[in-house]
Amino acid sequence: MEMTGAEIVVRCLQEEKVDYVFGYPGGAVLYIYDELFKQDKVKHILVRHEQAALHAADGYARATEKVGVALVTSGPGVTNAVTGIATAYMDSIPMVVITGQVPTHAIGQDAFQECDTVGITRPCVKHNFLVKDVKDLATTIKKAFYIASTGRPGPVVVDIPKDVTTAKCEFHYPETISMRSYNPVVKGHAGQIRKAVQLILEAKRPMVYTGGGVILSNASELLTEFVRLLGFPCTNTLMGLGGFPATDPLFVGMLGMHGTYEANMAMQHCDVLVAIGARFDDRVIGNPKHFYNPERRIIHIDIDPSSISKRVKVDVPIVGNVRDVLEELLRLLKETRERPDPQALKAWWTQIELWRARDCLRYDRSSPIIKPQYVLEKLYEVTQGDAYVTSDVGQHQMWAAQFYKFDKPRRWINSGGLGTMGFGLPAAMGVQLAHPSATVVCVTGEASIQMCIQELSTCKQYRLPIKIVNLNNKYLGMVRQWQEFFHGNRYSESYMDALPDFVKLAESYGHVGMKIEKPGDVEGALREAFSMKDRLVFMDFITDQTENVFPMVPGGKGLSEMILV
Amino acid sequence: MRHIISLLMENEPGALSRVAGLFSARGYNIESLTVAPTEDPTLSRMTIVTSGSDDVIEQITKQLNKLIDVVKVVDLSEGEHIERELMLVKVRAVGKDREEMKRMADIFRGRIIDVTDKAYTIELTGTGSKLDAFLQAIERSAILETVRTGASGIARGERILKA
Repeated sequence: MEMTGAEIVVRCLQEEKVDYVFGYPGGAVLYIYDELFKQDKVKHILVRHEQAALHAADGYARATEKVGVALVTSGPGVTNAVTGIATAYMDSIPMVVITGQVPTHAIGQDAFQECDTVGITRPCVKHNFLVKDVKDLATTIKKAFYIASTGRPGPVVVDIPKDVTTAKCEFHYPETISMRSYNPVVKGHAGQIRKAVQLILEAKRPMVYTGGGVILSNASELLTEFVRLLGFPCTNTLMGLGGFPATDPLFVGMLGMHGTYEANMAMQHCDVLVAIGARFDDRVIGNPKHFYNPERRIIHIDIDPSSISKRVKVDVPIVGNVRDVLEELLRLLKETRERPDPQALKAWWTQIELWRARDCLRYDRSSPIIKPQYVLEKLYEVTQGDAYVTSDVGQHQMWAAQFYKFDKPRRWINSGGLGTMGFGLPAAMGVQLAHPSATVVCVTGEASIQMCIQELSTCKQYRLPIKIVNLNNKYLGMVRQWQEFFHGNRYSESYMDALPDFVKLAESYGHVGMKIEKPGDVEGALREAFSMKDRLVFMDFITDQTENVFPMVPGGKGLSEMILV
Repeated sequence: MRHIISLLMENEPGALSRVAGLFSARGYNIESLTVAPTEDPTLSRMTIVTSGSDDVIEQITKQLNKLIDVVKVVDLSEGEHIERELMLVKVRAVGKDREEMKRMADIFRGRIIDVTDKAYTIELTGTGSKLDAFLQAIERSAILETVRTGASGIARGERILKA
């Protein structure tokens, strides 16, 4: 039977078992919207700005194991979406973005709402397509889902001209896709894995360092088994939190620029480093020159060969899916009776405990002004660690990462690579739709939340009972912190004057607003907010303006050159 | 160090800009780039001349491999290879210089492919340095116009690059 391009698009989404599409209609995608209207398998969520559509689809993907889907119109629809696409690209999140385009005959004519979508998005997508013939449409969408979700995941854009959505052809959805130019490696090289096992068994001061790859490949149970079998210390990157249980004694905390003293010192001084699905980012190891240690051997497991030996030379590179490689490593370790020298391991842990005793995350608990760290500690207690926590970007993000203990993967949802302010609230919408009965918290700051605050309207429309924890210090906090450290306290443009009354703002959208100004009221407010299961509650915590995130490794320094409290 | 990288890519619109964009976005250097379809019309072959440390070249090949449309990548400079560049040069050829210019073209195994009363257009192929040498050998003021392709390269012997 012949179908129009618009019908084909919707049919493909149904074939891919897409529950939600996040988007915003416009001229170039009207036929697709008309087809969405005629069915009820694929539900559409109307956001208030295309950037939020992308972040919501992204949050949905991070909280599930599915591909997030967004639909936006040509021109301004696409340009608004670019920040969201780049965010997903940097964090390797599987997404398919369908964009409208002006009719094929108008392409290149500077038509109304025309832009070169393939050109604009090329540097921040895993791949993109312009579909010029309706006959290619179904196969292209199939390819898009396949590329987005396999190998190192990422966003794929499918740009569809308006006349392609009205043209007709026979519908045929391919069952499988094979592309001669795209064959991601899954299994790790057997010889390299054996070498890794040997190195692990010889380790005297081992360290396991893991990132978002563990979560993306659903390998956190295997990772936990691996770390516990060996009794090695484990650290997670910001993207990897929840990959290993934060409450496990083998966990030494997050590492990196705002990582714990013990994690960073162990990273710097270990003799065998097992890096798993993590890419030695500048926010993780600082300056590679300072990170270099001739006594340290590095095993690096990553699905993307270009992430291996990009910033740091490694001794045993293993290209493969983290899950498959960990399975193989575990099998070999269980087969052999050998174990690393227990005496050496004990001495290493003694050293780590000494570092841990510095208690690098301590803060002033007697302050009469609310300390942001205190809010997050209480948030963890009140939610019993069972919430999905999204965050924006800044000081609040780092405090959330430091003080909220994530024991499970996919519970910590934040923009790690791109550092996108405005991510938290729309991402929380995607998470809440994916898990309607779960507790979803957006930890944000008064500056970040204002970058996508219009989404309070979307939350109202779909009755999303998100809890917003706004750490309000009337400053672009992280900017202020850097200005204090590196720019002689010249707080150039980091002060947020003219803030709205967030309580009234929330109320104007039909939500509940709360303003909390005293430390003694923090716990009560949180408990009250979380007892309102069916309402969005916006908690505006007025926090200490002078508080900084510690420890801190200043940019360009080495991991052992931390500024402590 | 100078490297010559050869790759096979799906012959699709925008393929070239994916490669060019990758180089500019990551701050790699392109000395020259030539591209044309192969005997299989669905495939394009590119030859890229670039330079960088071993680490940079390793990243370049890995990043190129990561592009979805790229089928194969090989660094030709890792083995024996042949490379050729084409130059068309228009030179002044009047009076006694006319004979001299013909002789120079012959010495460099060039061919005169267009003739007017005052000028010859000479076609030359070879490595970049041979083409440079020709330009140095003739009188500078005689050169009216030059146009050169980038290098194309192929491995010596049995080694082939195929999809």
